[in-house]
Amino acid sequence: MSPGAHLLEVSNLKVSFQTEEGVVRAVDGVSFALEQGEVVAIVGESGSGKSVTAMTLLGLTRSPNASFEGSAQLEGKELITASEEQLREIRGGEIAMIFQDPMSSLDPVYRIGSQIVEQIVAHDFQVSKSEAMERAIALMDRVGIPRARERVRSYPHEFSGGMRQRVMIAMALSCSPKVLIADEPTTALDVTIQAQILDELRTLRKETDAGIILVTHDLGVVADIADRIVVMYAGRVVEQGTLDEIFYNPQHPYTWGLLGSITRVDRDTTGLLPSIPGTPPSLVSPPAGCHFRPRCPHAFDRCTDVPALEAHLPETPQHVDRCWLSAMQKRDLRQVGDRIGLAADEPVIA
Amino acid sequence: MSVASAAGASAASAPTPLLEVDHVKVYFPIKSGLLIDRTVGRVHAVDDVTLTLYEGETLGIVGESGCGKTTLIRTLIRLLAPTEGTIRFRGSDITSARRKQLTPVRQQMQMVFQDPQASLNPRKRVAQILATPLILKGVARRDVEPRVRELLKRVGLHPEHLNRFPHEFSGGQRQRIGIARALAVEPRLILLDEPVSALDVSIQAQVINLLEELQQQFGLSYLFVAHDLSVVRHVSDRIAVMYLGKVMELSRSQELYAKPHHPYTAALLSAIPIPDPRENRAREREVVGGEPPSAIDPPSGCRFHTRCPRATDICRSIEPPLTEYANGQLAACHHPLNVGADELRTASRSETSPHSAGQELPEAEPVTAS
Repeated sequence: MSPGAHLLEVSNLKVSFQTEEGVVRAVDGVSFALEQGEVVAIVGESGSGKSVTAMTLLGLTRSPNASFEGSAQLEGKELITASEEQLREIRGGEIAMIFQDPMSSLDPVYRIGSQIVEQIVAHDFQVSKSEAMERAIALMDRVGIPRARERVRSYPHEFSGGMRQRVMIAMALSCSPKVLIADEPTTALDVTIQAQILDELRTLRKETDAGIILVTHDLGVVADIADRIVVMYAGRVVEQGTLDEIFYNPQHPYTWGLLGSITRVDRDTTGLLPSIPGTPPSLVSPPAGCHFRPRCPHAFDRCTDVPALEAHLPETPQHVDRCWLSAMQKRDLRQVGDRIGLAADEPVIA
Repeated sequence: MSVASAAGASAASAPTPLLEVDHVKVYFPIKSGLLIDRTVGRVHAVDDVTLTLYEGETLGIVGESGCGKTTLIRTLIRLLAPTEGTIRFRGSDITSARRKQLTPVRQQMQMVFQDPQASLNPRKRVAQILATPLILKGVARRDVEPRVRELLKRVGLHPEHLNRFPHEFSGGQRQRIGIARALAVEPRLILLDEPVSALDVSIQAQVINLLEELQQQFGLSYLFVAHDLSVVRHVSDRIAVMYLGKVMELSRSQELYAKPHHPYTAALLSAIPIPDPRENRAREREVVGGEPPSAIDPPSGCRFHTRCPRATDICRSIEPPLTEYANGQLAACHHPLNVGADELRTASRSETSPHSAGQELPEAEPVTAS
């Protein structure tokens, strides 16, 4: 293992795409680490760069229009500059991925079983076809697909959304990956099925000790399964800390807004929900300084400079945020607001 | 949203019914055969649903995909025709009304769709999109533009943007345009089909707040269809829980969340992770296994029995009637949760029960909350 001894370490990752409108800085200096058996959730709204970050780890964002900076190392192995050949080994082998839409990530014209077998054979040249099929059946059984032996012969359309997502998990597991990237794994599913899939991921983490990167916008799912949270906004990490630090002592005004605007099923809320006014900025010409500045009710003149991502609380040095307000000011501001300190809805500025 | 919080439960204030849905069924035939179309089966999308929506009220309809919630509201605005049953809007029967007869009804009953991208014509400017319903309604040409500006302002958009195309707006703004279009004809009722599920959390809150403001300002009634129970809880006065085409439970929202009677409602509530790590850890959760069965050949008896942890023999053979409890809560279950012996004694079979439901009311058995 590398001197850093993290399972996966992403440092100052930057991804930009050349488009007709200009350069889109989709990911702008993201750093985080993942340990064995840990679930790190990357949280953010659409366009925050959370999926691009995750996909870049597997080289899935490579294109002539894309340029990369920074590094991402899996046990010391560089992923950003890895050759396509090396990546092919890593993909599905050491790092596996589960996508949001299980329909479009399975090939509709091949049987479920042969798709799992293909993945097993691709990474293990020793295994015979029949052995691989036995392994596929065992995997399907393990992720809770009933009558696995019959259903290996089914086609993807014969499976429901939840069952297809289980197949994706089975495929992801087939080569005992060290890192599992789950990009909105339950967003397309109903709540009762979502609960089943989250249970499945929990068991998997316990049994395989894989590190899981969970990309999601659903803070309920995060609270249910994550150990640490990376909050992203407009391509940058704005706050990072443990589950409890982010939920009970959030430091960045964007995190306050995000936590404040969720409706809870276990609480009666009446009246207006606290919401963040405005919409996320364009990534072609984002506002100078802190990207959240135009929507932030607490912005002041210093915010036109980019704040560093650093710890502000001596007792929790791993809890970092990107805001110019002092810890003292933040505490006062959060007490002023009833629940979260952001104003109710205001007219949208386009 | 408290305009008609008393609606449904106590008849003391006698709220006025706006939309009455009486034993409505919507079945879709499944055709097969090359030359001759044979009907080989039917999808029981909506199967004997009875609901009443009162003036000024928000009625939430929740359920998983395939439970018939979208089919139901599409039928209510008569985009689909019901197979059986009647729909009355402000007292008049619109079940088999023709296009011409429906025009005045649809001016009072508007719809907002889930995907604002797909429900706005990409080739038309916002001004045209909002002017069309105004012109159809008979607003004089010279009054149209001021009215369009006013509408944009009302939904929190800049009136100067009326010459923009839909793609120039963000998702949340497009949903605001969809709401402005529904408002243009000054409706009394808006049917909202998953109006915020395609939006980001911070934008969802904005749109929900807008809907609440509009309701207070114009005295609107909403039929709010969603799969997200936390959003529905926030906006609704009463909530109907649907499963495989049937209403499983119908009650005021506080009661539904505090004391769910139907095991399916309890399962749905327990499946939702709470965005609060400590409470989430403290909570005992019961994950319901399995998946919803096919609506082509739904299970006998209670439709939830194949997944229900409390199912017994009676559940497999006899469809439970919607039972009305003392506080007005309705639940179709033989073994209801959170019901005391007293409540069971005073319970009665609701007239809104499906015709196919049995007569048996749930019997006393001491059951406490799960």
